[in-house]
Amino acid sequence: MISVKHETRYRYETPAAYTIQSLKLTPQNTSGQHVLSWSLDCGQDATIPSFVDSFGNLTHTFVINREHSDVLIRVTGKVETTDVSGIIAGPHDPFPLVAYLRETELTQPNEALEDLAWSVAEGGKPLDLAHALMAAVRDRIDYQEGETQVETTAAQALAQGSGVCQDHAHAFICCARVRGIPARYVSGYLQASDNMDEVYEAGHAWAEAYIEDLGWVGFDVANRICPSESHLRVAVGLDYREAAPIRGLRLGGGAEKLDVTVRVVQENIQQ
Amino acid sequence: MVLAKAFDEMTLAGGACRDAYKGLSQWLQWTPTDFLRMKRQEADVLFRRLGITFAVYGEGGDPERLIPFDIIPRVLSAPEWQRMEDGLRQRVKALNMFLNDVYHDQEILKAGIIPEKLVLNNSSYLPEMQGVDVPGNVYSHIAGIDMVRVGEDDFYVLEDNCRTPSGVSYMLENREVMMRLFPALFAEHRIAPVDSYGDALLDTLKECAPPKTTGDPTVVVLTPGIYNSAYFEHSFLADQMGVELVEGPDLFVDDGKVFMRTTQGPQKVDVIYRRIDDTFLDPLTFDPNSVLGVPGIMNAYRSGQVTLANAVGAGIADDKAIYTYVPDMIKFYLGEEPILKNVPTYKCGEADDLAYVLDNLAELVVKEVHGSGGYGMLVGPAASKQEREDYAERLKAAPDEFIAQPTLALSTCPTFVESGVAPRHVDFRPFVLSGKDIRMVKGGLTRVALRDGSLVVNSSQGGGTKDTWVLEE
Repeated sequence: MISVKHETRYRYETPAAYTIQSLKLTPQNTSGQHVLSWSLDCGQDATIPSFVDSFGNLTHTFVINREHSDVLIRVTGKVETTDVSGIIAGPHDPFPLVAYLRETELTQPNEALEDLAWSVAEGGKPLDLAHALMAAVRDRIDYQEGETQVETTAAQALAQGSGVCQDHAHAFICCARVRGIPARYVSGYLQASDNMDEVYEAGHAWAEAYIEDLGWVGFDVANRICPSESHLRVAVGLDYREAAPIRGLRLGGGAEKLDVTVRVVQENIQQ
Repeated sequence: MVLAKAFDEMTLAGGACRDAYKGLSQWLQWTPTDFLRMKRQEADVLFRRLGITFAVYGEGGDPERLIPFDIIPRVLSAPEWQRMEDGLRQRVKALNMFLNDVYHDQEILKAGIIPEKLVLNNSSYLPEMQGVDVPGNVYSHIAGIDMVRVGEDDFYVLEDNCRTPSGVSYMLENREVMMRLFPALFAEHRIAPVDSYGDALLDTLKECAPPKTTGDPTVVVLTPGIYNSAYFEHSFLADQMGVELVEGPDLFVDDGKVFMRTTQGPQKVDVIYRRIDDTFLDPLTFDPNSVLGVPGIMNAYRSGQVTLANAVGAGIADDKAIYTYVPDMIKFYLGEEPILKNVPTYKCGEADDLAYVLDNLAELVVKEVHGSGGYGMLVGPAASKQEREDYAERLKAAPDEFIAQPTLALSTCPTFVESGVAPRHVDFRPFVLSGKDIRMVKGGLTRVALRDGSLVVNSSQGGGTKDTWVLEE
C-alpha cells in the first residue's frame, strides 16, 4: 500500500486578489491500483467544484476570490497497488487509438526526434520496439533538474540533452507516435525503492504506449522501467498540459515562493 | 485559359433583363452617373459616421479604413431565396449533428463514411471536448455559409464557417445605409427586412442557456478587444442585442461558475457569445500564455455551468478537409439528398489528385486546408507562371496541407465602379442561427470583387460589399 502526503504552498510577496487553479490530483482505480482513501484539502469549508474531463481525470476548480497571501493545497491518501508489469486496464476510454497518434505542441516531432525514433531497428515486436525507444530516449536525455520548465517541448529537451521525467515522457511519446504506436502522458507519484536508477522524484511523470495484444503499457522512461507497485497513476492526457496536476493563475501577489513537499511511503497494512 | 463568360444576375446573354432586376435595371437607366457618384460619397460619410471600419492584416496603411461599399444592390427572387434557405437549413442541421456525433459516439467514423484519422488527428478536433454535452446539442449556433452562383439554378457552397463567422454587421449596416440613400427604391420594391437579426440572435443564444439556468439568462459578447479586426462588429452585435460587451478580464470563474464584474458586484453569466478563438479561451486548458481569455472558463463550460457560442471545437465541421464529406453527412444523418451542391474538390494529400492538380494548376484554385480569409491561396488562371511554379513547390513539400477546386465562373452583378456601371463577380454569405429551432433572416452579406475580372472577394484582398435584397412574393 502506498501512502501519499503532498503539500503545495504558495506564498506571495504582496497579497493577491484572486487565485484560480485547475487540479488533477485524484487517482482513479485501475487494474494496478485501488484507492482506499483520498482527500484534497485547500483550506476552505465549501466543497470544491469538480468534473470528469475527457480522459477520465477528476478535475477540481479551486478559487480564492478575496485578498490572500498564501495558498495551500494538501493531498493525502492511501492506495493499494499491485505490480501488473505496467499493463494498465483503466476506466472507460472514449478515444479510438488513432487519437493517441495526434501531434501536440509539447510533443511535436522535429528532424532530430524523427531520427531518434527511426534509430531503433524495424522488425521486432511492438513491445520490444517500445522498450528500445525508452532506452534510446533515456540515453540521449540526461536527468538534470532545473534545466527545463513545464512548457519545454520534447524537441527542446532533446536538443539540450537534459531534462526531467516530464521531458523523458514527452520525447518517448513523440518517438512512439512517429513509429505509429499510440502513446499518452501520465502524471502520478513514485515511491522510492532500491531498484531505481539514479532518479527519484516523488511527484512523477511517465508514459503509456498501446501495445497490440497487451493493451496500454506504462514506460517510466526516466527510470528505464515499467511502472510497478511503487507507481501511483493519477492523471492522463496527450501531453503534460492535459494531465498537469496543477495549472493556475493569480491576480497580483508580486513574487512567489513555492514549497512542495511530497511524502510517498510504503505502508504495511496492519493485521 | 479563358474562363467561360460568367452568368450575370441582371442581364441574360441575349440582353434581356431577368425578372428580379426589372425595377433596378430601369432605375439604373434613368439615373445619371453623377447622381450615383454623389450617392456613393454620401454612403462614405454615413459609414464613417457609423464608425464601421475594418483592419486589414499585413497591408499597412490606414488601419481604420472602410470596406468599400457598392451602392447597387444585389437582388434575389423569392423562389431563389427559398431554395437556398431550405438547403442551408438542411446543411447546418447536418453540420451540428456531425459535431455532436464526433464529440460523442462517432457513429459516422465507425460507419466508415469519414476516415477516423481525418477527424481525430485533425488540429481542429479538440480532444478536450470529447464527451462534453452542450445544451440542445447545438455547436454552431451562428454559421456563415459561403455560397457562389454560376448559373440560373446553379448555386454551390464554397465554404462552411462554423466557428466565429463575421460579416453580419455589414449585412445590417449596408441595409441601413441603403434605406437612407434610396428611400424611393425601397418604396417601389417589396424587400424582406433583415433588422430582426439582433432579436433572432438573442433568442437563439438564450434558448441554448444551460438547463439549470434560473430566470432570464444573462448573455454577453466576449471580444478579444479593440485591436481585433472585427471589434466593430462585436460592439455592434452587443448593442443590437442590448447585452454587455466584455473582454477576458471582465469575467472570472468562482464556485465553478462564470461571473461578470459590474458596478453592482459580480453577476452570473449564462451564455457567452465569444469572438475569441478556441485556443486563446482559457490559459488553464489551452495556450498557457493567452491573456485574452478567462482562466478556468473551460472547466465551468465542461461542467455545464455556462454556454459558449459557438461551441469549442466546432471548427472540425468547417475544416477544408472535412468539407468534401458534407453531402455524405446530410445523407447519413438526415437520410436526405443534399439540396445545395459542393464544389468538386481535389485532396492534394492523395497521389492521383496531387498529380492532377500539378498538371492543371493554371485552371485551378488551390487553398491551404487550414487557411482562411483568402490568404495563401493560388488562383491559377490569374497567377503568373513564376507564381504557379513557386506554389507547386509548396504543394509538393506538404501536399496534405492543400486542396484544389476548379476555378468557378462566379456570377456577376452590376456594380458602380470608376468607369460607370459594370459587371463584377460576387459571392454570398447568409447566416444561419441554430437554437431550439433554426432561424434565418432573408438576406446575407454579398461580397464583390471590385477589380475587373478578379474572383477574390475577400475584404482583405480588395473586395467590397453590397446590400442584398430578397424580394417578397
